Amino acid sequence: MSRDRYSRFRKFHQAKWDEEIIFELSVPGERGVLVPKAEKEVAAAVGDGVSALAGLKRKKAPALPEISQMRLNRHYLRLSQETMGTDVNIDISQGTCTMKYSPKVQEHMAARHPGITEVHPLQDPETMQGILEIIYKTEQIMKEISGLDYFSFQPGGGAQAVYTNASIIRAYHQSRGDLKRDEIITTMFSHPCDAATPNTAGFKVITLMPDENGFPPIEAFKAALSERTAGIMITNPEDTGIYNPRIKEYVDAAHAVGALCSYDQANANAFLGIARAHEAGFDMCHFNMHKTFSAPHGCMGPATGAVGYREFLRPFMPVPRVEFDGSRYYLDYNCPQSIGKTRSFLGNFGVVLKSYMWIMQHGAEGLKEAAICSVLNNNYMMQKLKKVPGVVMYYDFGVGKNRLEQVRWSWEKLQQDTGFGTTDVNMRLSDFGIQHYWTSHHPWVVPEPFTLEPCESYSKDDLDEYCGVLAEISRECYEEPEVIKGAPHNGPTHRVKHMEIDDEELIAVTWRQYLKKKGLKK
Amino acid sequence: MNKKQIVYPYIPNSVPEVKAEMMKVIGINDPMELYEREIPEELRFKGEMQLPEPIYDEYSIKRHTEELLGKNKNAQDHLCFLGAGCAPHFVPALCDEVNGRGEFLTAYVGESIADHGKWQALFEYTSLMAELCDMDILSIPMYDGGTAASSSVRMANRINGRGTVLVPEKMNPENMLIMKNYTNSMPEPDIKMVTIKCDGAGLIDLDDLRSKISSDVCAVFIENPTYLGSVEVNAEAIGKIAKKAGAEYIVYVDPISLGVMEAPANYGATITCGDFHSLGMHLGAGGCQGGFIATYDDMKYISEFKDLMYGLSETSVEGEYGFGEVLYGRTSYGSRDKANEFTGTSTGLWAITAGVYLATMGPQGMEEVGTTIMQRSQYAAQKISALPGVEVKTGGPFFQEFVVNFDMTGKTVAEINKALLGYKIFGGKDLSLDFPAMGQSALYCVTEIHTQQDIDKLVYALNGVVSC
Repeated sequence: MSRDRYSRFRKFHQAKWDEEIIFELSVPGERGVLVPKAEKEVAAAVGDGVSALAGLKRKKAPALPEISQMRLNRHYLRLSQETMGTDVNIDISQGTCTMKYSPKVQEHMAARHPGITEVHPLQDPETMQGILEIIYKTEQIMKEISGLDYFSFQPGGGAQAVYTNASIIRAYHQSRGDLKRDEIITTMFSHPCDAATPNTAGFKVITLMPDENGFPPIEAFKAALSERTAGIMITNPEDTGIYNPRIKEYVDAAHAVGALCSYDQANANAFLGIARAHEAGFDMCHFNMHKTFSAPHGCMGPATGAVGYREFLRPFMPVPRVEFDGSRYYLDYNCPQSIGKTRSFLGNFGVVLKSYMWIMQHGAEGLKEAAICSVLNNNYMMQKLKKVPGVVMYYDFGVGKNRLEQVRWSWEKLQQDTGFGTTDVNMRLSDFGIQHYWTSHHPWVVPEPFTLEPCESYSKDDLDEYCGVLAEISRECYEEPEVIKGAPHNGPTHRVKHMEIDDEELIAVTWRQYLKKKGLKK
Repeated sequence: MNKKQIVYPYIPNSVPEVKAEMMKVIGINDPMELYEREIPEELRFKGEMQLPEPIYDEYSIKRHTEELLGKNKNAQDHLCFLGAGCAPHFVPALCDEVNGRGEFLTAYVGESIADHGKWQALFEYTSLMAELCDMDILSIPMYDGGTAASSSVRMANRINGRGTVLVPEKMNPENMLIMKNYTNSMPEPDIKMVTIKCDGAGLIDLDDLRSKISSDVCAVFIENPTYLGSVEVNAEAIGKIAKKAGAEYIVYVDPISLGVMEAPANYGATITCGDFHSLGMHLGAGGCQGGFIATYDDMKYISEFKDLMYGLSETSVEGEYGFGEVLYGRTSYGSRDKANEFTGTSTGLWAITAGVYLATMGPQGMEEVGTTIMQRSQYAAQKISALPGVEVKTGGPFFQEFVVNFDMTGKTVAEINKALLGYKIFGGKDLSLDFPAMGQSALYCVTEIHTQQDIDKLVYALNGVVSC
């Protein structure tokens, strides 16, 4: 029988090692590893090798620390213990990130099989047929999932995928000589990369604000469209978990003025097998393979943003494309209108491999089941969290309206009642063995926000434990304010004096800069 | 097994009884009701995705994957002399040990109150790289060397507002494609890429550089070692030309060379960048790249970085380390389209790994690995140049890679590399497509992992191939 997760909480304490910065461990003369040396005959033939560098020979050795291997191993394992990855906590907190379980069998293949770890990306395609086959097959799968016609797995992350799509929009209009199209429209609840990447690609960006429904009114959207609109780049459901039901109208209106429509599907976990970019009319899309398809986040990468296109955009796709002639897989570089590359080689193949394995273990039914359970989990949590004192759900339309896979919540009422806002609650959360939550991207349109995404990986017990902890912290805010004020109490470190450092005097992004700022000599 | 009754090991609530209990709490009878209220019928997919038959059990998916990966030849069963930005190197066991830890593998964007170890490991990465580059400032990593090089150019453009970058005509072709796209804009490129002439070893033609430098040049970008492996002996002179014209001087390095080669900061670079794949990563089919940019401690540079920066700070407890975000407003997380370019998930795990590598190697290890690479690559060049009809075109000192020309053998590089596969050797990168003027040339890469015996085997095989 499981414990009551609303009354019995973990007496958690994260590892706290007070570990030195690595330079403080240095003992002159110690070695972490010995490296291969040239054979006598080689040295006899060429000498010391480095004299050839003449004036470009390094004069002063880099001031790296000197540490024996056992101490190094201990150092890094201590740091890993002071990190709260998905593997060790109920990682519902990182809303918009889909902190899914990454099955170990995938990692064992990707990190240990020489058929990937020891393959050079420029090998003769004949010698890497397995890799090309997996890429090709994953492309066929993604075509079914999205309804679009072609995919590339080159981008090394979600933002780079959206940037790739902004580049494709630019290449398309440039190829037609339609050079006046220099505007991209996005929405405030679309990920910041939907605004930042088109700007990097040279577009002016128009960001539309939501109305009381949580998304921009169609009238405002139509008013922003013109012959200068190059494209729209939006998420749906947006980071609020609200699906814009009129999305097709937006897409049709954009098409009517000659713009392209790019679908940021970072939130696709909500609708695998249930809704597709194709039916909504989009010309291109992207998926985060490291979120939706289970590859781990790796402290922010490596990742893969899969980009998908309709037939007419194929000429602009990144090179090379993986093709199949019926018997052999090969690389096609012959794409004269291609944008070129946004990331070197074939991208992060390891992430594609893990995604492929995950998809193959689920099949069409299983993908749909993942989506359904992610939405079910979220709606179950909604029922529980709505009852927590101090919690507000913005854009709450009452009976009959739900969210898909996540919710942007608010502690607005809690703040009004107790003075404690979302940051205060967040500081306390990790004391219960739960990663602190994601508030919101900036600016905070929803006041005192927190964004939770309980994807299909989490059990009902996990959801109850999470809700129980939030209810307990809410109770503390009302009844035991002192506990909240000093939090976190049980973490690897305490509240940082400056969570955001803008003062030049306080900036220390490397150890040498820190020593300089402190007036300490190296 | 009835399909409908499958309980997926990674979806705990696929247990029908649990699902029913949860639906009761929500007040629905079928989970599809949750969609029917949200997604209009015309936008819902009516068909069934035509995906391959699933392979449910773990053993079978493992077998299936092993069979696919088994179709790849690799650098464990072959000798690999391919480099070109992804050279085979020795990976200390500690690197794999640390990046395989579940906590690092599965962490994401947690603050330092819960992810203190991640922040410290990434702070240590920037700190160790700073020592290697002999510069002060780095952000957390970029996607790869190509994106780091490209962002360096955009930084230079923002610093001085100029619209042309000078790059070597024989720069890494992958990076050139990335940079070409990254400097493009609407309606036309806002940073014009102009190439500087190079000799056969990729070295900059100083006269051509002088003729192209102008007050519109935001940066002179070089690689050292060059893409073709040569050491750019005129690096200091190039920097002087750049700086005299008021341009930034960006030097792209292979960081594993910096134990023996001078850090660009010490011959005039204002921005150092590169790909840290060589520092503890496997080949990974190209999936283990990571980019970095290093600069001086000057707000002129610091405020132009595009990615997150982790600053060492203090906590409420005396003497305790904590970390905070530095100048968050620079990034697109903080200010959307008003940010410096864009940021996002990149290569955190590999950056931590590069930190482990540098700490493990220490100053002596970095010097030794650089020395071994230079000795063995020189030995290989010496031996190969003795082969009939084969010419090694180094044009001076080189690091790790060198050009081998086969014109006189009457064979193409493609033919030679095909034949070398018969000896279980991956020959050097074929340069004839990217640089046709270089004839039938290949870029050979020799590192600390290639023993004398390996090199002798290559020479034996090449001899057999070119003389038949």
